[in-house]
Amino acid sequence: MEQQIVKVKNKKGVKVIPGFGLSLGVTLAMLGCLVLIPLASIFISAAQLSFGEFIETVTSRQVVSGYIVSFSCAFFAALINVVFGVILAWVLVRYEFPGKRLMDGLIELPFALPTAVAGISLTYLYSDQGWIGGLFDKIGVKIAYTRIGITLAMVFVGIPFVVRAVQPILEKLDRQYEEAAAMLGSGKLYTFFRVILPELFPAMLAGFGLALARGIGEYGSVVFIAGNIPYKTQIAPLLIMTKLEQYKYADATAIALVLLVISFLLMLVINSVQIYMQRFSKA
Amino acid sequence: MKKKITAVMLSVSVAAAALFTGCGGGDNDGGSGGIELLNVSYDPTREFYAAYNELFSDQFDQDVTITQSHGGSGSQARSVIEGNEADVVTLALAHDITAIENAGLIDSGWIDEFEGSSSPYTSTIVFLVRKGNEKNIKDWDDLVKDGVEVITPNPKTSGGACWNFLAAWAYQQEQDGEDEEATKEFMKKLYENVLVLDSGARGATNTFVENGQGDVLIAWENEAYLSMEEYPDEYEIVTPSVSILAQPSVAIVDSNAKAHGTEEAAKAYLEYLYSDEAQRLAGENYYRPFNEEILQEFSDQFDLDMNLVTIDDFGGWDAAFETYFDDGAVFDQIYEE
Repeated sequence: MEQQIVKVKNKKGVKVIPGFGLSLGVTLAMLGCLVLIPLASIFISAAQLSFGEFIETVTSRQVVSGYIVSFSCAFFAALINVVFGVILAWVLVRYEFPGKRLMDGLIELPFALPTAVAGISLTYLYSDQGWIGGLFDKIGVKIAYTRIGITLAMVFVGIPFVVRAVQPILEKLDRQYEEAAAMLGSGKLYTFFRVILPELFPAMLAGFGLALARGIGEYGSVVFIAGNIPYKTQIAPLLIMTKLEQYKYADATAIALVLLVISFLLMLVINSVQIYMQRFSKA
Repeated sequence: MKKKITAVMLSVSVAAAALFTGCGGGDNDGGSGGIELLNVSYDPTREFYAAYNELFSDQFDQDVTITQSHGGSGSQARSVIEGNEADVVTLALAHDITAIENAGLIDSGWIDEFEGSSSPYTSTIVFLVRKGNEKNIKDWDDLVKDGVEVITPNPKTSGGACWNFLAAWAYQQEQDGEDEEATKEFMKKLYENVLVLDSGARGATNTFVENGQGDVLIAWENEAYLSMEEYPDEYEIVTPSVSILAQPSVAIVDSNAKAHGTEEAAKAYLEYLYSDEAQRLAGENYYRPFNEEILQEFSDQFDLDMNLVTIDDFGGWDAAFETYFDDGAVFDQIYEE
């Protein structure tokens, strides 16, 4: 992007669309006030602890188990979302059926719905007294108040990310590839897995990353369905809230900091793989 | 080049200015004639204060608008510390008000500002069970039996849950005497039976009532009565042999009230809680009135023969938190294998 703008400017001495200085300034200000300064304050607040205290806080057994619950549930939720998100996007892009627009609009609902509302209604439906939870209870599967319930809530809040990441790629995908594959004698499954899926993979990965990040940080909907029992169903964001309730701001930010760093590293890896894949598929 | 830098600087400052003025607005109310009071309270007082605010503003000689805020007692206290402009706080336990005092917003000595350690109404901890009481729950020792599912919130986030924990502890201490390990073992068993550890009292009630979880809810007496009122055929209240006198405290947030010029109204608002009308209203909302005579009027409603310990039996809130609820204290220990 930047290179293009510079090129245009070098040729004629003026920019085609003016306002680079203005827009960059606004961007920097917003990024600073809304993202960088709040994030920096986490580091500063956590720095109130000595190194020993910091390590003690973030490695206490309850906190570590909180991380494990959050990351493992978010990971499985993101995996489930990738599978169902691709199927959903596929249905929305490739088929015409009545109510398609409505269904397309429904995808965003998890974004719009207050997470607490989502959490309460999911719990109501999936507890062993609820409509759906009652059915599962008969076969001995408890959903609400277990890690399955946590994963379910994370699937709910994460699904739009995958659908909206995959959908545009699928729309742009040239059907001639599939036709060519079919003409060359490849089966339907082979075409899907070797021709279509590789094209979708970077978008799936991006959706996976976003859904994972959302799941790790999710608090509002998860607390209602989690049960919140220490060492079993206590998520890391709940531990942060618990520390805040006890007026232990530095401890809370220490836990948040570790969550942030791990999430950042995960996103970095996912993005690097994605960029690598994109280069690979374009080349 | 210079022009570009100026443009960047200018837009940075404009955006920043817009952002900060946007957040800073809203301080210029109060000029409209009437007094505005913000009462930051805890979860189960919603119904009581909705009725009380009407009662108070009807008899108060000035035009007054009262806004209510409800949530877990601890998080409500924290919101005040972090700048929620409460004129008065009416919270679940004195400990949360002390935290606001420690932040410098409430003058020390607040606990003696109003009668009865600034607790105009009290409550206690009882059990709410499903109609028929299938698991035959009579007292605390029935809660640790195999197969009994208990609902109570987390004492680290809920004021009510602290009272629950201490009431159970007081019961078992009478059985065990000095043997603290035995009492701890009892508490461990009790919390092993806890199915859902909600973060607040209202959340726990919802889990028990709306989602149909558990056999017994350890609850505020007033919260239990409210559930009974709403679903009279579905629940029963069981009063344990030992419980705790829960004293929700009230205080003026001095520095906020001073800044708003509402000191007088705030004081009148809390003082009027002790009037006969307000005391009766508290009783009707299932809080035990501070006024002994009016409490007797409700003797049909409340079990006045319960053996009630108080927070002083635990050496006050600071000591109780240090022993039971701080990180690494008894509550954390009972969850460790």
